[in-house]
Amino acid sequence: MEITEKIKTENVPKTNAMNQDPIKISVQNLSAYFGKIQVLKNVSIDIPEKKVIAIIGPSGCGKSTFLRSINRMHEVARGTITGKIIFDDEDVMKIDPVYLRRKIGMVFQKPNPFPTMSVFNNVVAGLKLNGFRNRKALKEIVEKTLKQAALWDEVKDMLNKSGANLSGGQQQRLCIARTIAINPEVILMDEPASALDPISTAKIEELIFELKKDYTIIIVTHNMQQAARVSDYTAFFYMGELIEFSDTKKMFTAPAKKQTEDYITGRFG
Amino acid sequence: MYSSSILSIKKFGWGFLTSSTWDPFSEVFGALPMIYGTLVSSLLGLIIAIPLGLGVAVFLSELAPSWLEKPLSFLTELLAGIPSVIYGLWGIFVLVPWLRDSVEPFLQNEFPNSPFFQGAPYGFGMLAAAIILSIMVLPIISSISRDVLKSVPNSQREAAYALGATKWEVTKIVLSYAKSGLLGAIILGLGRAIGETMAVTMVIGNRPQISTSLLAPGYTMASVLANEFTEATSDLYLNSLIELALVLFVITIIINIFARLLVWSTERKWKLSPM
Repeated sequence: MEITEKIKTENVPKTNAMNQDPIKISVQNLSAYFGKIQVLKNVSIDIPEKKVIAIIGPSGCGKSTFLRSINRMHEVARGTITGKIIFDDEDVMKIDPVYLRRKIGMVFQKPNPFPTMSVFNNVVAGLKLNGFRNRKALKEIVEKTLKQAALWDEVKDMLNKSGANLSGGQQQRLCIARTIAINPEVILMDEPASALDPISTAKIEELIFELKKDYTIIIVTHNMQQAARVSDYTAFFYMGELIEFSDTKKMFTAPAKKQTEDYITGRFG
Repeated sequence: MYSSSILSIKKFGWGFLTSSTWDPFSEVFGALPMIYGTLVSSLLGLIIAIPLGLGVAVFLSELAPSWLEKPLSFLTELLAGIPSVIYGLWGIFVLVPWLRDSVEPFLQNEFPNSPFFQGAPYGFGMLAAAIILSIMVLPIISSISRDVLKSVPNSQREAAYALGATKWEVTKIVLSYAKSGLLGAIILGLGRAIGETMAVTMVIGNRPQISTSLLAPGYTMASVLANEFTEATSDLYLNSLIELALVLFVITIIINIFARLLVWSTERKWKLSPM
C-alpha cells in the first residue's frame, strides 16, 4: 500500500529512462575478492547522474563491497578487484584514492563522527584535511551544510560540543553533513538508516530526496520499502551477481527475474 | 612509615626535603639530591622513550603488515620481561663504555658551553641512567599504546579515509581518538621509571649531589634505599632512610593523582572541546 503510494508521488520517470540519463559511473565486469574468496562476480552497471540508485539483496551478497569498490574503500579492508569502474571517463584505479574519495563521499552504516572533535570541526574535518583554514568561510560552510543536512536547527547552539553528544540520528546526519561539506559529486551510503529509529530514518530519507538534486546517490539498504521510497533505480544483487537493474517502479511492480520477485515478496533472504 | 621515621622527622623537619647534604658519618641527612636525581632521570628517560614508544606503537598498529606485526610485538613485550639487573649489567658493560668513549666526548665537543655536558665523561651518571630507564620503559609505553590504538574502532579510520585522508592524516585522527589512553600508557611508564631501582643503581654513579651536567653522577631515592639500608648503623640513619622511602611513596602518589587528573581532563575536554 504505502510503497505504491510513495512511488506515485515521487515522480519516477514514466519509462525506463536509463538510456537518456548521462552516465556518472560505469562499472564494467567488476569482480571483487577478499583473499581467495570472490564476493562480486562480473558485475556491469551504469549509474546515471543525479539519481538515487538503491542496491538491495540478502546479507553477504556483495552489496557493500560493490559500494566500497567505487571509491576504492575496499582497499582499506585489503580487498582486490578486477574489471573497470569508470568515473567521469576516468578509471578509478588510475585516480589517486585521496582525490577520488573527495569526489565520491561515503556514509557508513553506523554513525561514526569523530568524538574528539566538536560538531563544528566534524563538519569541516574533510575541508581541514584539504588544508582549508579560512575561519569565516568555514563558518559559512558549516551553517550551509548543516542546513542542507537538516541538522542546523537542532545543533546550532552546540557547535562547540563533541559530536559524540548527539543522538544516533543526529550523528548520522552530522556524518552526511561531513560528507557533503567537501562537495563531492557522488555520495555512497551503506545502510545509512539501519541503526536508526523510524523517525530518524524518515529524516534521512527526506534528506536523500533533497540531496539528489545536487548529487548522485548510491544507497545500499536491507529495507525494501526504503529502496522503493527513495530510489529512482534499483539493483538487486544475489550471491555476488547482479540479477536485475531497472527502474525502481518496474522492479517493485513487475520484476523481470523470478529471483528478484521471490526476494521482494519475501520468499527468501 | 611515618612512625618509623619519627626520629629524622623531628631532627630535620622540612629541611630533610630541602637540604642537599647526605652524610652518614656526621649523621646529617638531606634528601634533595635523591629527589632531584629520581625526577630528572625519570623525566629524561621518558623524554627519550615517549617518541620511540609511540612511534613503535603507531608502526605496529597502523602501518606494519600483519606478518611483521606479531614478531615485533613479541619482541617489544620480551623487553618488558627482562630482569632489571640484566639491564644494569648491560649498562655497565656496554652502555657506559660507549657513553664514556664516544657519546660524551662527542657531546662535549659539539656543545662546549652547554651546562648540561660539563665535567669529566665518566660514563656512569645521569645520562646513562636516563638511557637505561628509557629502554626499560619503552616496552611498557609501546605495548600499552599499541593496545590502545588497536582498540580505536575501525569505523574511525574508515570515516577518515572516506573523507580523503592520507595514511598520515588517518593516523593523526586515530591518535587524537586515543589520546587519553596514550597518556595513561605514558604515566604507567613514568611510574615504572620512578620506582626502578637496580638498573639505575648500577649505572647512575651513586653520588648524592645536584649537578646540572647530565654527565655527572647522581643518586635516586630507590638506589639509596637499596644501597644503604643494610648498612644503616644508627637509628637516625635508619629513620632517615625510611623517611626517604616515605617521600618516594608520596611523590609516586602525587604523580599518579596528577596523571589521573590529566587523563580525566582530556576525557572531559571531548565533551566541551573548543572549536
